[in-house]
This record gives sequence, structure tokens and C-alpha cells, in this order.
Amino acid sequence: MLPTVLTLPFVAAGLVALFGHRAGSKLASVALAVPLAIFAWLVAQVGALPPGGLVWSHGWIEELGLALSFRLDGWSLLFALLIAGIGTLVLWYSRFYLGPDEDHSKFVLYLLLFMGSMLGVVFAENLLVLYMFWELTSISSFLLIGYWHEREASREGALKALVITVIGGFAMLVGLLLLSLSAGTLSVRELALKASEIQAHPFYPWIVGLILAGAFTKSAQVPFHIWLPSAMEAPTPVSAYLHSATMVKAGLYLVGRLSLVLGGTAAWTYPVVVVGLLTMLVGSYTALRQRDLKALLAYSTVSQLGFIMAALGLGTPGALGAAAFHLFNHATFKGALFLVVGIVDHETGTRDLAKLGGLRRAMPWSAAFMTLSALSLAGVPLLSGFISKELIFTSLVEAGSLMGGLAWLLPGVATVASLLTALYSFVLFHEVFDGQARGTTPRPAREASPALLLSPGLLTAVAVLVGLGPHLVTGSLIDPAASALAGQPVEIHAALWHGVNAPFLMSATALVGALAFYPARHRLRALLERLTTRWTAERAYQAFLNGLMGLAQRVTDRHMTGRLADYLLYILIAFVVLVGGTVLANGGFALRPLDLASPTVVELVLLAAMVAGTLFVVRTRSGLAAIITLGVVGYSVVLLWVHWQAPDLALTQLVVESVSVVLLLLAFVHFPKLERKPVAAGRRRLNLAVAVLSGAMVSWLSIRANGTQLFEPISQYFIENSLPLGGGRNIVNVILVDFRGLDTLGEITVLSIAALGVYMLVGSRIRRTRREAAERQEGEGL
Amino acid sequence: MELLTSLVIGLLVGAGVYLLLQREVLRVVLGTMLISHATNLMLFISGGVKRGGPPIVGRGIPTAGGGLAYTDPLPQALILTAIVIGFASTAFVLVLAYKAIQSRGSDDMEDLRSVEEPHE
Repeated sequence: MLPTVLTLPFVAAGLVALFGHRAGSKLASVALAVPLAIFAWLVAQVGALPPGGLVWSHGWIEELGLALSFRLDGWSLLFALLIAGIGTLVLWYSRFYLGPDEDHSKFVLYLLLFMGSMLGVVFAENLLVLYMFWELTSISSFLLIGYWHEREASREGALKALVITVIGGFAMLVGLLLLSLSAGTLSVRELALKASEIQAHPFYPWIVGLILAGAFTKSAQVPFHIWLPSAMEAPTPVSAYLHSATMVKAGLYLVGRLSLVLGGTAAWTYPVVVVGLLTMLVGSYTALRQRDLKALLAYSTVSQLGFIMAALGLGTPGALGAAAFHLFNHATFKGALFLVVGIVDHETGTRDLAKLGGLRRAMPWSAAFMTLSALSLAGVPLLSGFISKELIFTSLVEAGSLMGGLAWLLPGVATVASLLTALYSFVLFHEVFDGQARGTTPRPAREASPALLLSPGLLTAVAVLVGLGPHLVTGSLIDPAASALAGQPVEIHAALWHGVNAPFLMSATALVGALAFYPARHRLRALLERLTTRWTAERAYQAFLNGLMGLAQRVTDRHMTGRLADYLLYILIAFVVLVGGTVLANGGFALRPLDLASPTVVELVLLAAMVAGTLFVVRTRSGLAAIITLGVVGYSVVLLWVHWQAPDLALTQLVVESVSVVLLLLAFVHFPKLERKPVAAGRRRLNLAVAVLSGAMVSWLSIRANGTQLFEPISQYFIENSLPLGGGRNIVNVILVDFRGLDTLGEITVLSIAALGVYMLVGSRIRRTRREAAERQEGEGL
Repeated sequence: MELLTSLVIGLLVGAGVYLLLQREVLRVVLGTMLISHATNLMLFISGGVKRGGPPIVGRGIPTAGGGLAYTDPLPQALILTAIVIGFASTAFVLVLAYKAIQSRGSDDMEDLRSVEEPHE
């Protein structure tokens, strides 16, 4: 069933590519069946998974130990449910969000491709298979960000996301290969058994660094987070789906997945926790600076991803459970926030905080959904975000208690970041929906259709329900997910009220602080804006991109000159250097005894004729003389064949040589006079040097071939078997048509292709002449 | 003999390469033909020039051991293929050159470059 589920989106995407354009805007409602069916199947698996998960495996490239193996365990199931569930809601939403004139089939196609790739990432049991799907998600994300490709910002955002995630992905691939070298397998399950062996391996720090580079770029961790805000150029449903709920969580998925294999060491925990908390802090204060609602949500996503990343890095069973829970909650309430912002944008025509305000009266439902989701993000009690945030706080406090004098550090950073988070969460609903309109919106605000409100409404409902009754999901979804990561049964204690303890105080500080600072938020924003530095990740990316483009341009300009002579020089110099260098390095220039036949007078005369002819061809200024002298060289070769007792060669070459000379002469009539065109002196010397060196190299190879015998010659076989097996006395002919008949078939094919090419080239001229003649006659007839 | 022929082969290749690097189309075509001669000769002598009768059963030269000596048939079979393919490509290149000259009105390789200039 697993491969069926996995191939379903791809098959559907293929059908959409073929027939999608016929359906128009209704396509999304039809395609909805795919994620809905997958979602239904996944729901049926909840609580029914065998221990160790559902496994399906099929040999692929067995020489490399590579199997197409997939596994559905608790951690995968949590992700798959989000992918299929939010995928369903987003497809539904996009059908109404995109205008009737937009290209729906392209959108649905990319979205289905993404869905399949993302399911592949979370189902993959072999890490190379995971990598393959990982890159596919990057590509489909690129296509979706660039959906409105006529906008320059869309193209730039798409490129930025692709460049950063693919470079990270490549680092990850190298890390995976090192992992495979040190453990001899890339199966997650087998890797987990060899964890201690891997962690003792000298490659271990490299493996961690490279794989984390992949995870951090994908999950937009500082300093790679800059692609995520740029990705907001995508249509809002895409932002909600890929860039908040699913794809950006792939890095979290991987870090969680590998925590049993690579985790539990300082080399793993410190980078993940530190980068995670730093990302949380940077994301939250940058979010506060934003005026564009989507940009605000993008930085908020960056911040929350960092929060979850830090929890995963702690790696204790409790922290893993808390991370899984917060991941689920974030996907739901952030998805809802994006979709409501999409509605605001759709109905008013702007996402600018400076223009929006007081929308509550016109858009009561949107206001309600936004308020509840934002409060969940802020961590207000009775909503889902509060509970999972408390759980992560608990883990941070526990981890802090091991750090002695720095015990306050991790909880402290998290509290400050949470305070900022609560602050911008309040902005989200208060500035947009409450108070008075600050400016005029391009369109007068009105409530969206119920169809458009359905998706954010459902997501908000999940946030509220989970907030009221966390047990709805913890036992069935979150615990199995955390257990899969921890390798032992995990039970998280999600409750609305844990008493007054450190996590509660942290939450309270954040909320009360946010309320206290809220009136001063404009001054805070202004202060933060002044804090900008010149050395930002954004500038580094631009410099990198410009440098790369410039380098590529220079290299291309230098070698793609369009001159045959230049290309040949590169090839020949490489030939001389590589072959000569290899010969030199292996002592191949030493003289060895040669097995020589003594020359005869005829041979000497013929060789002398060839030398003279060749030199003349090079030096002459007359085309006619060159062609005829080349003929002389050719006929000398013919005579050599005769002398060397090779009658077939002599006959064939005689015919070919004669026809070639005739052809050359025929063409020569149309050629301009053969004047030597000036070549720069330096270039002429280079040409001469390369020519001499190439000739010398070939001479040397030819001499060295003499007397080198790696294998027993097989010629005797042909001589002996020509008559009994081939039934012919002419051994060469029997070889050609019998022993090596297939080669000759290839030769005939080449000849036919060349003949066709010649006919096409010359024939078009003949046809044109005829047509022109016919037209002329017609013209005269009129 | 093989030594001398090898030197001639080197000369043919050197001359062929030099012609290939020139600007006139006809010289480029002639260069390819010289190189294909060189290749054929090299194939022939790489196993050593064997003296004997033509590789036709029964036409060998009687040896002291009572058998018949033939020249090596295998390189001959390979070269036969090479000659034909060499001819095919020469003919094709020649016609291509002819068409190029027809359309551009010049036999200068510089003029036959793509129209697009490299970026500055």
C-alpha cells in the first residue's frame, strides 16, 4: 500500500499535465480526491501501525546496496498526515484563491508533484532515497515560488530558495556518503544499530556538519533563513503549505530522524540547540520589524522552526515529544494564519500593515480565525500553542539545569524570543482587524466566501480543540512520533495546568511582557530598524551570487568562443598534457627493444612521397594544387596497402580516394580563392607548437605500440576459422560480414546517416531551385 | 620500417592538426583527411608489419614450418571500416562547408562563427 500511496500524487500529476488544462478552475476540486484519499488511508493507520512501522522494500541498485525502501512509523505518520491533510485544505482553498484566468492546471500539477516528493521524504527508509525526494521538493518549491513567473521578484525568490536549499542538499549528500562509508549502510534502521560505531568514527564531525548544513538550509535556520521571506512571492496557499507547514519542516524531520543515529553528543546537541535558539531570536525580532503581513509570517515561521529545532537538538524523550507536538501545532495555526492573510490580501488588495485596520466589522470570520490562531502562536492558555510551548520550555529548563552557572541562558533566550513572538502575534490581529482603518485599501474590504473560509476555519478549529483537549492527539499521534525518534516508548504529559513552575513563569513573563510592551511597539520597531547592520546574510548571498555569475560568465566567454580552432586547441592541449604527462609519470619514454621489419625500397619511396606531399599541402596557397597533392598522398597510401598485401584495403581506398578528389574538386568550384588569412603571430606559434607536439605524441604512441603485447593476438583464430566457420576464403571479408557483422551494420548505418545528411543539405538547394523555377514560370504565365 | 612509418604518421597528424587550426574551410577539410590517413596507417602498423601473403585462404607464403604465412587480417578489417566511415564524414563535412560558404559568402572560419558575440 505504501508505494501506491506514494505514486498516487505522481500519477495524478501526470494526468493533470496531460488533461488538466481542459478542466479549468474546477481542476483543484477534482484533484482534491488524491490528498483526501491519502489522508483517509493515513488516518486509518493511526494507532494501527505495527511496532517498527509499516515497511516496503524493493531492490534497486543492488551493487550499491541501494534499495527503494520505505517505512511508515509514528514520526513519518505525523508528517504524512500534515502533508495530506493541509494539502487537501490548500488545494480546496487555492481553487477559490486563484482567479479564473490563472493557470490552474500548472498550479495543481506542481502542488501534486510537491506532495508526492514530500511524502517520499518522510516515507524513505534509505537516506539516499530520502535525498532524492528531498531535492525533488526543492525543485517543486522552485516551480511554485516562481508560479507568477512574469514577476521578477518571484523569479528571484524562486532562484534564491533553490540555490540555498540545493547547496545545502549537496552538502547533505556528501555527509550521507561519508555516513555510508563509515557505517556501510544508509538504511535508517541499520544506522541506528551502529550509532556508537558511527560516533566513534573520524568522519563523525564531518558527517554531522554536512548533514546539518542540509537540514539548516531546508528549515531556514540562521544564517540560511533569508530564502524563506523571499519565497513569499509564491501564491499564499503555497506559502501556507510548503513554506510553513511542510517543506520547511523537512530539515526538522531529518534532524529528528537522525537523532538516534548521530545525536546524544556535544557535536550534535550544541550546534542544533544554539542555531535553533539563535534562529528563534533573530526570526522573532525581524518579524516584528515587518510591515508586510506575509513577510511577518515568514520570519515568524523562521523563528518557530528554530524553536522546534532547538527542542529536537536537546534530544531527551521529553524534548522530542514536545518538538513533535509543537511541530503539529505550528503547522495548523501557522497554516491558518497564512490562509487568513491570503484572504485579507485577496479581499482588500493589500497586505501592508500601514493601510489595513478595523477589518473586524467587514470580515468577522476572518478576524475570529486570525485572532484565535495568533493567540495560539503567542502561547495564550487554552490554545494549542500554549501547551506545546510549555513542554519545550520544560525541556529547556531541564537542559539548563545541567549547565551550572549558565542555567538561565537557554530558558532566558527562549523567553525573550517568546515575548517578541507574542508581541507580533498581537499585532497580527489587533492592527489588522481592530481599531480604525489606517489607510485606504485598494479594494473595499468584504468577507470572503464561505468556501475560501473553510480551510483556515478547519485549521483554527484544530488549534482550538487541541488547546482544550490535548489528549485528542497526544496519545495517538505525538507519542508514537516521539517514540519512533527516541527508540523507546515516550509519553508526553500535555495538560492545561501544570501548576506554577518555571515553564509557566516563562510563559507568563512572555505574555505579560508582550502586553506591557505592546503600546510601545512602534518605538520598539523603530529601535529595531536602527539596529540593522551592513553585514547581513542577504548581502553575503547577493555577493556570492554575483561572484558566481561573474565567474561563470568569464569562464564561458573564455572558452565558448565559437571558434573551431579554439575548441580544438583546448582538446589537443589536454591530449598532449594528459597523455604526455601520464607517459612521463610512468617512465614511458624509456626506449625498449623494437620488433621491426626491415624497410624495402618501395616502402621508402612511398613514405618519401607522402612526406613531400604532406609538406606541400600545408604550404601551398593554391587550393587546386592542395587537393591534387592530397590525392597523391592518398594514392601513396593505396600503394602501401598493395605492397603490404592488403588487397581489400587497396581497392576500397582507391575508390574512396578517387571519389574524394572528385568531390573536393566539385566543391572547390564554389569555394572562394584559397588565400591565407592572417593569423596573429603569437597564435601561429601556438598552433605550430600544438601541431608539432600532437604529431610527436602520436608518433611516440605508435612506436610504443610496437613491441607492446598485452594479450595474445586473436588474428590466428580468424585465419584458421575463416573457411570452416565463415565459409569464405577472403579472411578480411569474412571478418567484416560474419565474425564482426554487427560492426559492419553500424558502419553502414553511419554511411547512411552521412548520405542522408548530404542529401538534405544539397537537396534543399535543388528543391529550392526547382521551386523558384516553378514560381518564375507561374509569374510569367500570369 | 615501423619506426619510419611512425615518424610519417606523426608528420601526417602534425600537418593535419596545423591545417585544422587554420581559418580557411578547405584547409580544415584537408586536415581531417590527412589525420584519417594517419589513423589508418597507425592501426596497420600497431601490431607490427608482418610479411606474408594476402589474407586469402590458400594464398599465404609457405613458411619453414610447413604452414602458410599471411599478413594480419584483423587490422585490415578494422581499417576497412575506418576508411568507409572516414569517407562518409569527409563527404558530409565537405557538403556542410559548401552550404556554409553558400549562406555566408565566405570560407573564413571566423565568419562562420555564430552571430552572437560573447558578452562583455
